[in-house]
Amino acid sequence: MFWLDIKIAWFLAIRQIKRSSIWTTLLIIGVMTLTFLNLVAVSGILVGLIEGSVQANKNYYTSDVIISKLEQKEFIDNSNAVISQLEQTPGVRAYSARYLDGVTVEANYRTRTDDSVKPDTAGAQAVGINPTKENELTQLSKFVVEGEYLNESDYDKILMGAYLLKKYLPVDSPGFAALENIGPGTKVKISFGSTTREFIVKGILKSKVDEITTRIYFVDSQLRGLIGRDDFNVDEISVAVDPGVDPSEVTRRLKAAGVDDVAKVQTFAEAEPKFLKDIKATFALLGNMISLIGLAVALITVFIVIFINAVTRRKFIGIAKGIGISGQAIEYSYVIQSFFYAICGSTIGVVVVYAFLIPYFNIHPINFPFSDGILVAPVIETAVRVGLLILATIIAGYVPARMIVRKNTLDSILGR
Amino acid sequence: MIHVKNLIKTYKDGEIETQVLKGLNFEAREGDFVAIMGRSGAGKSTFLYQMSMLDDPTSGEISIDGVDVLNLPQHKRSGFRLKELGYVFQDYALLPDLTALENVALPLLMKGESKHLAYKHATAVLEKVGLGHRVNNVPSALSGGEQQRVSIARAIVHKPKILFADEPTANLDNYSSRQVIDIFIELNKQGQTIVMVTHEEEYAKCAKRIVRLDDGKIVSG
Repeated sequence: MFWLDIKIAWFLAIRQIKRSSIWTTLLIIGVMTLTFLNLVAVSGILVGLIEGSVQANKNYYTSDVIISKLEQKEFIDNSNAVISQLEQTPGVRAYSARYLDGVTVEANYRTRTDDSVKPDTAGAQAVGINPTKENELTQLSKFVVEGEYLNESDYDKILMGAYLLKKYLPVDSPGFAALENIGPGTKVKISFGSTTREFIVKGILKSKVDEITTRIYFVDSQLRGLIGRDDFNVDEISVAVDPGVDPSEVTRRLKAAGVDDVAKVQTFAEAEPKFLKDIKATFALLGNMISLIGLAVALITVFIVIFINAVTRRKFIGIAKGIGISGQAIEYSYVIQSFFYAICGSTIGVVVVYAFLIPYFNIHPINFPFSDGILVAPVIETAVRVGLLILATIIAGYVPARMIVRKNTLDSILGR
Repeated sequence: MIHVKNLIKTYKDGEIETQVLKGLNFEAREGDFVAIMGRSGAGKSTFLYQMSMLDDPTSGEISIDGVDVLNLPQHKRSGFRLKELGYVFQDYALLPDLTALENVALPLLMKGESKHLAYKHATAVLEKVGLGHRVNNVPSALSGGEQQRVSIARAIVHKPKILFADEPTANLDNYSSRQVIDIFIELNKQGQTIVMVTHEEEYAKCAKRIVRLDDGKIVSG
């Protein structure tokens, strides 16, 4: 009897869909598509705000694996051995070793005539890099917004992070000391402990990755001498792995080679700051809550659509029952119609999300102050949401149909 | 074939109770063609709805072909209606999304017939009522008379024991009404039991027996 009911339900549903107004069908499918987008895209963008920041941090700073100094150490001991181990490790595509030191930078000292006026200074982290290797790894040169990128042969030339400069700093806070009147060609004095030296600003770097935009970049050979690292011991090494290689596999190999005796070896995910992980979890929770509301809206929308449909067809439901069509067959026919609308809406939604929105936001990310927001819609999560939407739609289609089918047959036929 | 005993139907509207059928007794034999007549409000349609299992009486007994239909469980009622009864309504009551052929084939499909066979039988019955050329039209593309003939085809396609018709000519012009009544006469000649409500004396005379109702009681027939 069940299969006969399904057969009749299919027979009725297909014809009802086929012969109903095309505009009504398009409207319902449109509502379902928007509901799907509400379910997937809104929470996806919310998660994408943070994911954009995480991805930028990975692509432009940590790369796939980051090797950093142990907490109790000032630098990575025997860095040369670590680097030669890196060069021998399968799966490593590129790396960039960096020297780090805290410095104070002073600007406008030539125009300062009154000693009682506070000097224009700011604290910063100095980073010594091999410009070619760093650019190969993190595409640092693309963040130069003024002036030029460094060459390996540059001497007494630096790149300054934009947030060290007043004109780029988005906030005016006493906690953020920033320098005025700085541009390419400007001279600044930088103090490394007791040593002070004058440098020319070659370029300004602006990025949404804090590590780039709050640092001062030097050519490694010069910084090494200035901070007394004649032993070539560096502070951190960012490592990119070959396409398709799992970064954790590379960290496993490096640890197996003993690198973790002298340094902390982490994948980008492990090195992710805790606050970022917390924000990600919070935004995911928010996204799920919004999705839940979206699902409730979908449920109510479909319920109303099917209820109106069933109420306007109450007479015909009565007739069908009157001539002997089982109530179940009629109810299932509405479930099939709901299923059809949900599948159509979800399919169009999936196409819109994966063929248009994700590629679009990848090319034109949403410009947020702290990240370039992308749309995150993992296939499995989307599939779960499609499943939930279909389930909600089926329930929302079944309940009103059942309510109408249960009414007295004669009352339905006579419309009373 | 149909035995009705002491049938009472009372409608309640708040505190107000209106007894529409006041203890009717009625019998129809196999092959009968009964016309139920009466003025408006006499209870003739209500009587038909109770007999044809579309509504439940307040009290009384109804048996059709030996089956006590009022005591059938709900799930068996639609099965019984599907197999044993056929309906023709005043306003045709066709499903608007289905073509004439699909409307007629639907009871057969519900009985479990294959689509091919159901369509074959439905086409044959549609031809029998003179609509062989209109099988693929939806109801909105048919005239009132044509729709009523589709309705008759749907009511008889599964060879019901009894055909119930509620004012089948009320919405039709004389020509179409005559066509419908002629079909009923022909069906009855072939052995079909028919119970028809009508207020038109001319068509009632075509039946073998006329039952007259007044104020919820059978006054003749």
